[in-house]
Amino acid sequence: MSGVLVVVEQREGRIARISWEAVAAGQKLGATLTLPVSAAVVGAQTESFAAEIAARPLDKVFRVEHPLLARYTPDGFSLALHQLIQAESPACIVFPHTYQVRDYAPALAARLGQVLIGDVTAIGDGPVFTRQLLQGRLNGAYRPTGSGPCLISVQAGAFRAEAPEAGASAAPATVTTFVPTLESAQIRTTPGEPFRGGSQTVDLSSAQMIVCVGRGIKDAENLPLVQDLATALGAELAASRPICDNGWLPMERQVGSSGQTVSPKLYLGVGISGAIQHLVGMKGSQCVVAINKDPDAPIFEVADYGIVGDLFEVVPALTEAIKAARQ
Amino acid sequence: MKIIVAIKQVPERDAQVRIDAAGKWIDESNLQYALNESDAYALEEALQLKEKSAAAGGEVVVVSVGPERVGQTIREALAKGADRAIHIVCDDLGLRDALGVARLLAAAVKPENPDLILTGLQSEDLGLGQTGVIVAELLGLPHATLILNVEKTETGLKVKRELEEGWFQTIELPTPAVLTIQSGGNKLRYATLMGIKRAKMKEVRQLTAASLGVDAPPVVVLEHVALPQKQKSTQILPGTAKEAAAALVEKLKFEVRVL
Repeated sequence: MSGVLVVVEQREGRIARISWEAVAAGQKLGATLTLPVSAAVVGAQTESFAAEIAARPLDKVFRVEHPLLARYTPDGFSLALHQLIQAESPACIVFPHTYQVRDYAPALAARLGQVLIGDVTAIGDGPVFTRQLLQGRLNGAYRPTGSGPCLISVQAGAFRAEAPEAGASAAPATVTTFVPTLESAQIRTTPGEPFRGGSQTVDLSSAQMIVCVGRGIKDAENLPLVQDLATALGAELAASRPICDNGWLPMERQVGSSGQTVSPKLYLGVGISGAIQHLVGMKGSQCVVAINKDPDAPIFEVADYGIVGDLFEVVPALTEAIKAARQ
Repeated sequence: MKIIVAIKQVPERDAQVRIDAAGKWIDESNLQYALNESDAYALEEALQLKEKSAAAGGEVVVVSVGPERVGQTIREALAKGADRAIHIVCDDLGLRDALGVARLLAAAVKPENPDLILTGLQSEDLGLGQTGVIVAELLGLPHATLILNVEKTETGLKVKRELEEGWFQTIELPTPAVLTIQSGGNKLRYATLMGIKRAKMKEVRQLTAASLGVDAPPVVVLEHVALPQKQKSTQILPGTAKEAAAALVEKLKFEVRVL
């Protein structure tokens, strides 16, 4: 085939937006390299997913199907995709950068003697792939130099997922079923059913205003400072992961890839640097305000308003000013 | 249970980012370094597993790749309670890709025949999040990633894996195995004075890429680095804390209209 192969992820009966973004990235890469673009979907029953994917402007859609692929396991998925890659020899393989892909794609790449270029945010001529370093404070340009296929995974939100063009002139993609050779003994891990952690009593996703606190607060003792600000605003208090890891606030108040995704009218980040894992959870906010002492903190890249200063001075002053304005 | 913990020394979080003259990495001349956060949680998990099965006589061995300065971070891990360490001395870490680094680790770990290999889920500097998974592949071991809790069972391990958006999953797998640890599963311990004293006496074996016989060219190279471009034009509100707060309240009132 020697084209671009996009691996689309299906979970809980649906294909998430990030997979369509991976398709868009694959099409961009295909255009750069003038190569045809195909897609694969892995599972035990993939017919409806394949039909949905085939509506996109793609060359082929592969249904990688086997009863042992009903539940995701790193062994099952990497064995199955390895066989498809051996059979089709794509030049590039594009994945969505999900927790699942992070779990198996590095092993699959190593099996091919390659290295996955993960969490890609842009594709340049060459091709050269941009990914973030130092928690988003630096961008790195990576170039594959090996002789085998290049493997990349794309960051959520980095590529625009196009809606399928209704009545597009191109013929629908041909759907082929690929049945890998798998035996149950090859699958060494036994996954359980997913479950929700703790009681989800705080629904941050519907909050109109959120004050979000990060490492800059330094100590649990200082939290009343931001709680007062949240109360004055009438906002929900939320936090970045390290605050919840330390047990200073409950996990259910965490915003980010491992916590809740929020899109309030106002997001006010206090002492938050803005690591990508946090940004993916709040970049849908209508207005972002950041208070941080570091003018180079990545949060300022997505902020509408910023105050560069000591939060221990700015936050009390802001709380007072809001109280005065509310009177 | 013999547990290997692969740890990485990384620049401290609030280190100032200045690009070096070659444009390939940051200027390291005035950097402070620390133990990568999720690796600290991997070490904590290993120490707790050893303590829980104290009667069986477990051992925790830390392994790290990097230049001489990494010795400091290794001593800190030993002070927290690791029994001994392997330091793969390597001055050209930046020229090696994830597969190259994993090959070094796998070659050093293999003769140890551990029951379990732990590492953090990703580093704070490169953020590749792949090293543990590739080591598992190279050693032919089963693996699980983003693990918050590890329990020993009759036949192997029962682990709690984090999924997206507040979901979790339990996974059972046989040992030996490789796990990458997510931060927050345990409370981290501090080194005690006694621990720091003892660490000085503990064994740190130094190896090199040459002594491990690992020599393969990278298949992916970091060509250059650049400061990110702003996605939005941030309006910075200047002045004293009081002035900036007053200016922000004006914006919240008349432009964002939330007050």
